[in-house]
This record gives sequence, structure tokens and C-alpha cells, in this order.
Amino acid sequence: MIKSKDLLGIKELEVEEIYHILETAAGFKDVLKRDIKKVPALRGKTVANLFFEPSTRTRTSFELAAKRLSADVINISVPNSSVVKGETLKDTALTIQALGAEIVIIRHTSAGVPHFLSRESGLSVVNAGDGTNEHPTQALLDAFTIQSHKKKFKGLIVAIVGDIAHSRVARSNIYALIKLGATVRIICPPTLMPSQIEKLNIEVYDSLEKGIKGADVVMALRLQLERQNKGFLPSLDEYFNLYGLTTGKMRLAKSDAIVMHPGPMNRGVEIESKVADGPQSVILEQVTNGLAVRMAILYLLSGVKS
Amino acid sequence: MSKLILDSSDVNRAIRRMAHEIIEKNKGSANICLVGIQKGGVILAKRLAAQIEIIEDTAIEVGTLDITFYRDDLNTKENQPVVNKTDIPCIISNKTLVLVDDVLFTGRSIRAAMDALIDYGRPAYIQLAVLIDRGHRELPIRADYAGKNIPTAFNDLIEVSISEEPDNDRVVIINGQ
Repeated sequence: MIKSKDLLGIKELEVEEIYHILETAAGFKDVLKRDIKKVPALRGKTVANLFFEPSTRTRTSFELAAKRLSADVINISVPNSSVVKGETLKDTALTIQALGAEIVIIRHTSAGVPHFLSRESGLSVVNAGDGTNEHPTQALLDAFTIQSHKKKFKGLIVAIVGDIAHSRVARSNIYALIKLGATVRIICPPTLMPSQIEKLNIEVYDSLEKGIKGADVVMALRLQLERQNKGFLPSLDEYFNLYGLTTGKMRLAKSDAIVMHPGPMNRGVEIESKVADGPQSVILEQVTNGLAVRMAILYLLSGVKS
Repeated sequence: MSKLILDSSDVNRAIRRMAHEIIEKNKGSANICLVGIQKGGVILAKRLAAQIEIIEDTAIEVGTLDITFYRDDLNTKENQPVVNKTDIPCIISNKTLVLVDDVLFTGRSIRAAMDALIDYGRPAYIQLAVLIDRGHRELPIRADYAGKNIPTAFNDLIEVSISEEPDNDRVVIINGQ
């Protein structure tokens, strides 16, 4: 059973809670296959999207998830809001609450902002990405996608390739996959390796060829191009040569391995088009599953008594 | 305090009678699909369908319906929702759907079930079959086929145990405090 009214991170979830979310998401996936893809579960509730960072897919996915549950949705993107007039974060949250919203979905450049909002307001807070900390709904939709292809997590080898140091997707996925019992390998250039990574119970590689060997799941991360100028990488071409997923490198993984990417993709940087669009790719399925998982989260959080 | 109200032969007789009534009312079984409400109605729907198949000598479609997302008590229930499988095996438009549940009480589950069904299409008729009608309706809903009417106090509990093996069926009433 879900214990908290908030989804702040995977770190805070127990493994039973993760499975409960995945089971509920399976129910919503069936709803999304019908002609009428809407249920009245959250009729009369209001969900606010509060995004301090640009986002298309996550925001749209949450918005559609809320609408499919019959909730009303307010979208607040910062360039158009009173935040630019100097309003504090807390006041923005309290204003949203006064408008009658029950759930706020927040993305922010700073880690810990969702936790702050959870303390300072009575809203149910869903973390849609906070700095380099966590992106829990992405990890849950990835777990859902892996489960639907591989059935169980125990004994699976999941290789995560890319900019681990700056990736909240990687961090949430590492927490989730370890809790679920998979073996996690991370593969990245030494300059993008987070410090103290060895403290987590994972395998660390700086060679894609070695790390990908025998993997059941290969997850490429988006190379955040804005970091390119900060001296972490010599060039994008070199990155592609060493760490880009190609059909040749994929042959080293298990023959039935699936390829994942949280999007948006930089084709020709972290992944070759042939792999992204190939038969092993489940990248578009991740997007569809994201909707079902976010519906499950909004629905389950609404049922938690505060 | 608990009391046995139906034993296994009572349950079997009730199912046989209801199967006959369904066939009689619908002048056969040609256009019928039985839909069991999760979880209590699922086995009963299978048992009713098996009985109709024996009488009519034809296959009957049976589905299951989960009404969790259509309930009106998400915030008031003590237990958090657990979703079960929905499986509607046919195109329901223009069919006669017989909703099946074990106990008819306030009628709220049936209201939710009808809303859920209508999101799958436009059935010609929706009928309702229940093993036990215990009264205390909160909505204008009634059963077309009832195994047994049992007067109860509002806080009594009715426990229906039926399985695909007919020998261990029983219905028990537990008096509320």
C-alpha cells in the first residue's frame, strides 16, 4: 500500500509500493487500449503542473494522465507566471492550493524542491525531476516497460550508458532496479562518473564493449548537450565512437536484449538511428507506458489519507 | 455470531433456477454475454454460463469487469484500491449483457459497473443477476435475477464462498455488532 501522499523519489519508496504502482499501471494500460480512454476516477480533483524547466514530454504525459482520469489540469510554466515577478516558491504553491488543487507536479532545477513543497503546503507533491537528484516517474515507467518484456527483475542485467553524473533518470533507475533485485551496470566516461558511485551496489565500467556484454536491458541516457562546453568531453564524435549505441555494439548484449531511452534522443550522439528505430527498441513503448504509470501514481496518491 | 443461510445444494439449485430464468426472459441465449464483477461475481458468472450451456447446448461468452476506477469512494475507503483484470470477450454493442455479482447491497457497485460497461460500447440491454439480495439499496437499482432475498441489518456481513467445484459452496451471515 502507498504510505505517503507524495512521490518525492524512488529512494523513499518500499519495494511493495513499487509493485503496487506497477500493478495499478497495468490496469490503466488496459484502459488506454479501449475506444474510450477515460475513467471517472479523479472527477472533481484538480492537478497543477508547475514546471521550472523546459519539458514537453513529461508535462504533456502528466497532463494527459490527469485528463484521462477526469481531473482538471492547470499548467503553470514559469516564463509566464508570477515567479518572474518575484513570487516565492512557497507562495506559488499556496496560491495553487488556494485555487483548489490537490496535487502538484513539480519540476525544478534544484534538488529537494519537491520535498520543500511537501513540507510547506498541504498539497500532494509529485516530483517530475529535481535537479540532478531524482525523476521517479521515469524510473517507474522504465521498470514497468522492463517488467512487461522480461517478466521478473531478479537475475536481469541492466546496463545504463551515458552521463551518469548529471542524470536524475539514472539515479532513480539505479535506486529502483536495485530495490527490485536486478543487477545494475553503469557505463560512462571517467569524467562523467559521479564521485562515490562505488558506494552503491552496482558494477561500474568505462568501456561500452565490456559493460554491455550479456546485458538483458540497455538503457542509453540523453547526453545533455549544454554540458558539452564544460570540458567533460573532447567532442560529440568521440563520444559517439566510444559510447554511442550501434547495431555492432548491441551484438555484444543478449540477443533478446531491449533498448531503452528516456528521450529526447540525440540521434548520432548517444544512439544510432538504426538502433533507436530497430526491432529491439522499446523507446516509443516507454512513452505509452509513461501515461499508464502516471495515471496510476495520480490515482493512488489521491487515495492516500493524509 | 454466524449462521449458514445457503449450503452447497441450495446454491446449486439457485444457480440452476437463475440460468433457466435468464434463458426464459431472453427467449434463448443467442445474444447474451455474462459479465462477472471483480471479484465476487467472476466465479458465479462462470457457473451460470456453464449451467446455461448445459441447458441450451451452446457456448456462452463470459467476461470479467473491474470497477475500481469507477467507484465513488476512493477517499472514504480504509483500504487502498487494488486493480483486477477486466476482460470483455465480445463487442458489447447491441448485446444483452447480464452483470453478475455475488451480493447486491447498496447498489453502488452496480452503478459503477454500468458506467464502466458503457465505456466499452452501447449494449442493447444490461440485466443484473445476483446470488444474494440483502436489501439496503441507496440507489434505484434492482436485480432481474436473484438467488435468494435475505433480510439483513446494515452492519451484518454476508460471506459467499463459491468455487468452480460446486461441492463446497456456502453462504454465511455474520451478525454485525
